[in-house]
Amino acid sequence: MMTQFGFPVVTALIVVPLAAAVALLFLRGERAMRLLTLVTGILECLVALPLLAYDPAGAAFQFVEKAAWLPALGMTYHMGVDGLSLYMILLTALMLPLCVLGSWTYISKRVREFHFCLLLMTSACIGVFAALDFVLFYVFWEAMLVPMYLLIAVWGGPRRRYASIKFFLYTLAGSTLLLAAIVAFRQVGGTFSIPELMEKSYSFKFQFLAFLAMALAFAIKVPMFPFHTWLPAAHVEAPAAGSVLLAAILLKMGTYGFLRFCLPLTPAAAVTAAPVMIAISVASILYGGAIALGQTDIKKLIAYSSVGHMGFVTLGIFLFSVSGISGAILQMLNHGITTGGLFMMIGLLYERSHSREIADNQGLGKYMPAFMFLLGLFSFSSLAFPGTNSFVGEILVLIGAFKGNVWIGFAAVPGAMLAAAYMLRLLQRVTWGAPSSFKPGWWDLRTREWVTLLPLAVLVLYIGLAPALAIKTIEPSIERVLSGMKQKNQAMGLRSDMPLAERLNLPAAVTVADGTDSIREERP
Amino acid sequence: MTISMLLPELWLLATICALFVASVSGGKRSVLSWLPWAALAGVVIAGLSLGVRGETLYGAYRLDGLSQFFKLVIALGFAVVTAIAANKRDSKDLSPDYCMLLGLSAWGLMLLASCVELITLYLALELSSYSLYALIPLRGQDRRAAEAGIKYILFGAAVTALALFGLSYVMAAKHTTYLAALATSSWSLAEAPLAVVGMLLFLAGFFYKLALFPFHFWCPDVYQGTKNETAAYVATIPKLGAVVVLVRLAALFSPHMEVTNLLAVFGAISMTGGNLAALVQRDVKRLLGYSSVAHAGYIMLGLAAGSAAGLAAASFYSLAYILMNLACFYVVCAVSKDGENPTLDDLDGLYHRAPALAMILAVAAFALVGLPPTVGFTGKLFLLTAAWDQGYHWLVVVAVLNTAISIYYYLGLVRHAYTGESTAPAVQVSRGSLVFGGVLAALVLLVGMLPASLYDLAAQAATQLHP
Repeated sequence: MMTQFGFPVVTALIVVPLAAAVALLFLRGERAMRLLTLVTGILECLVALPLLAYDPAGAAFQFVEKAAWLPALGMTYHMGVDGLSLYMILLTALMLPLCVLGSWTYISKRVREFHFCLLLMTSACIGVFAALDFVLFYVFWEAMLVPMYLLIAVWGGPRRRYASIKFFLYTLAGSTLLLAAIVAFRQVGGTFSIPELMEKSYSFKFQFLAFLAMALAFAIKVPMFPFHTWLPAAHVEAPAAGSVLLAAILLKMGTYGFLRFCLPLTPAAAVTAAPVMIAISVASILYGGAIALGQTDIKKLIAYSSVGHMGFVTLGIFLFSVSGISGAILQMLNHGITTGGLFMMIGLLYERSHSREIADNQGLGKYMPAFMFLLGLFSFSSLAFPGTNSFVGEILVLIGAFKGNVWIGFAAVPGAMLAAAYMLRLLQRVTWGAPSSFKPGWWDLRTREWVTLLPLAVLVLYIGLAPALAIKTIEPSIERVLSGMKQKNQAMGLRSDMPLAERLNLPAAVTVADGTDSIREERP
Repeated sequence: MTISMLLPELWLLATICALFVASVSGGKRSVLSWLPWAALAGVVIAGLSLGVRGETLYGAYRLDGLSQFFKLVIALGFAVVTAIAANKRDSKDLSPDYCMLLGLSAWGLMLLASCVELITLYLALELSSYSLYALIPLRGQDRRAAEAGIKYILFGAAVTALALFGLSYVMAAKHTTYLAALATSSWSLAEAPLAVVGMLLFLAGFFYKLALFPFHFWCPDVYQGTKNETAAYVATIPKLGAVVVLVRLAALFSPHMEVTNLLAVFGAISMTGGNLAALVQRDVKRLLGYSSVAHAGYIMLGLAAGSAAGLAAASFYSLAYILMNLACFYVVCAVSKDGENPTLDDLDGLYHRAPALAMILAVAAFALVGLPPTVGFTGKLFLLTAAWDQGYHWLVVVAVLNTAISIYYYLGLVRHAYTGESTAPAVQVSRGSLVFGGVLAALVLLVGMLPASLYDLAAQAATQLHP
């Protein structure tokens, strides 16, 4: 196997949870299982630390690992990290120990299987973000469905059968055409290797069909407006850790897919579809916010707020500007931290009052001040209050939107206002309302719960106050993607005023300008 | 050509003879105590003879990459089926003659894998079919099994007659029955209409074995009617015989001929029809019957592509198919009470009652869907790439959309096992049997993750046929 760091960091990140999952099968005692998974989680975070040495000025893909997999068909085990995936991988690694801690008392049945699923999820998610071979990506992309399905189906709420089936059917149906697109890319581009496919240019008609196939898969995962109905169901029924993983990592796979595949592989089609995608994104922002305003179930409220927040991410991506996309990536990270934190807190609340209704959880302020402090922090972050992490991401997206087209900016702003409205409404009721009959069970945060929430709370403030570090790391990758798009579209002869009928006749460019060669360059 | 080259066939024949002796001597000990080990030795022998090449019987019987690959897979399938049957060794139905008939059928299929001449091929096919005609009604005094047996025989006889009739046309048009000679002449409808029609009729005999539309009607009924262990056999190993012959015959054609297009259309109808019909089934075996109709359709992707990659993909997929189906039938046989047909509701709460069985069922079901990292996905990926490369874009799109349909009923198996609640008692399974099931599930995962060596074998075999 070819590695670059002397130590296969990415492979270790995938193998460590798998090995722990196998070890779990032979372990006895629930406490030992929880401890083993927790230790694995901490180990996972330590193994991920070398990724911080990522050099923004360096090669396009770093920490590259390559090994033969199926030479006859050109499938390789090819892993690597770039600015688009770096923070997603770190976030995934961080979520594992927090999920274990967060469900220490929440999960009491089938403990072994629960942690088995958590470990498999972590492994598959890191694989999705790091894979540089199209088939390998698809393998991880689908492999993650099964543990997530089980997390909802076995440990979920009363309507878990319905929610888990809906989740599985929606996401699988969406990604079947992605497989056809992968097979088609191999025939046209001659390889499954993503960096090599990025170098090539494809005819517009092919790009258009491939874009549709891929965008359907990714839009369902994000989820974008008309395809979002699986999300509230899944979130409400999933156990706390399942909701956290769903919100923090799974949803990001959709937007990551847009960035990794749609923009570099089908640039002309992406530009052509951008107005529609932007319209859908704005619709998601407004629709998610408006529906969230009317919820009485806290978890449902946050699930719908996710639809709105992810709308900001897709909006940022399809603006095709550096500020838009860096805002989008930052927002992906922030949404993971903030919404992950919120779902975790609701899990803690559910353990206390066994209800997620706002009406049953009013007036917590007196009984659980520390809890309310953290809930307030995450809520303010969720509504993008200045000084918190989401503010930076959202403002960057909005700057990109106003730069691109003033009207898009104006259309998205009410979404930000809606977020303030539903979050403040929630906070006001939960803090000040008349206490319900559940109050005897309201004890304040314990040490374990503090430890679970503190890392996320620190990140909220850290990214909010010092975002430059993160932005600097991701910007070179974004510029590379955008310049590659521009060059390919110019080489094809795509003009912005071309009607669709004319675009459909555009052939593939014979040569792509030299600038994109840098994409292929990998550190030896 | 020495006799030692035929060792896989000879070993199985020796096993059959031993079973015959056991059936007349009427010993007290069940033959199933030693049969799985003998069959396992057969797998090892077949594995060792993978590299054997040769020809005998005036060139009608050839040992090449394809035949040796399929002999290995057939030996493996036979070993697994006997191991599944060994769980119920106390059952009265699993007598030595029952096992002998199973072995005889597998032996016929092994011969079939090596036949490169149409009449020999026909004889081998009949050899494997006759024992099945006798096997299927064997289920105590059960009337359903008798009905299934009659259906199988009537359908089989009709289709065999059709195939013989077609054979006469091919002989009349081409004046030869050797595949090698047939391959050198043209197979387009315009140039050789009689031969193409005859060949299609001849192919019907194998479509029947494979349960491809429009010859699939027997499949769900027979699976449902016959004994669970017989169903596990009928669902898997005879299909291998059909696939090996179809792979040999498909090498005669090239993509976008009338014959290949017809194969593609049959495949598309077969997978769509099979999947849609499976959606409403409650009986697990009947559901798996419709599922195998759908899988026969997937295999057509590789045969229609007709390229070396396509034939390799079809061969690999047939291996994948028997692995995942055997894992599924293993659970069906283990869960069934007193050999009854399990329904979906009988799977309820399986993860309480037998966690290991539930896990094996989940792996098998997700493999049948084609989810990575199982062998079902890898096999399907090969089929899709082969078909797309040969320009069958519509067929690929139909196939992936079918995956989306099929997920519902396969997920139904998992859903009942994991989210259904039931007060039924725990399922008693011996430790050895669980280990065996675990190995099957591990194979489904391992071959899926690391397919390179097996795929290379299949690819080598296919390039010999289709240089």
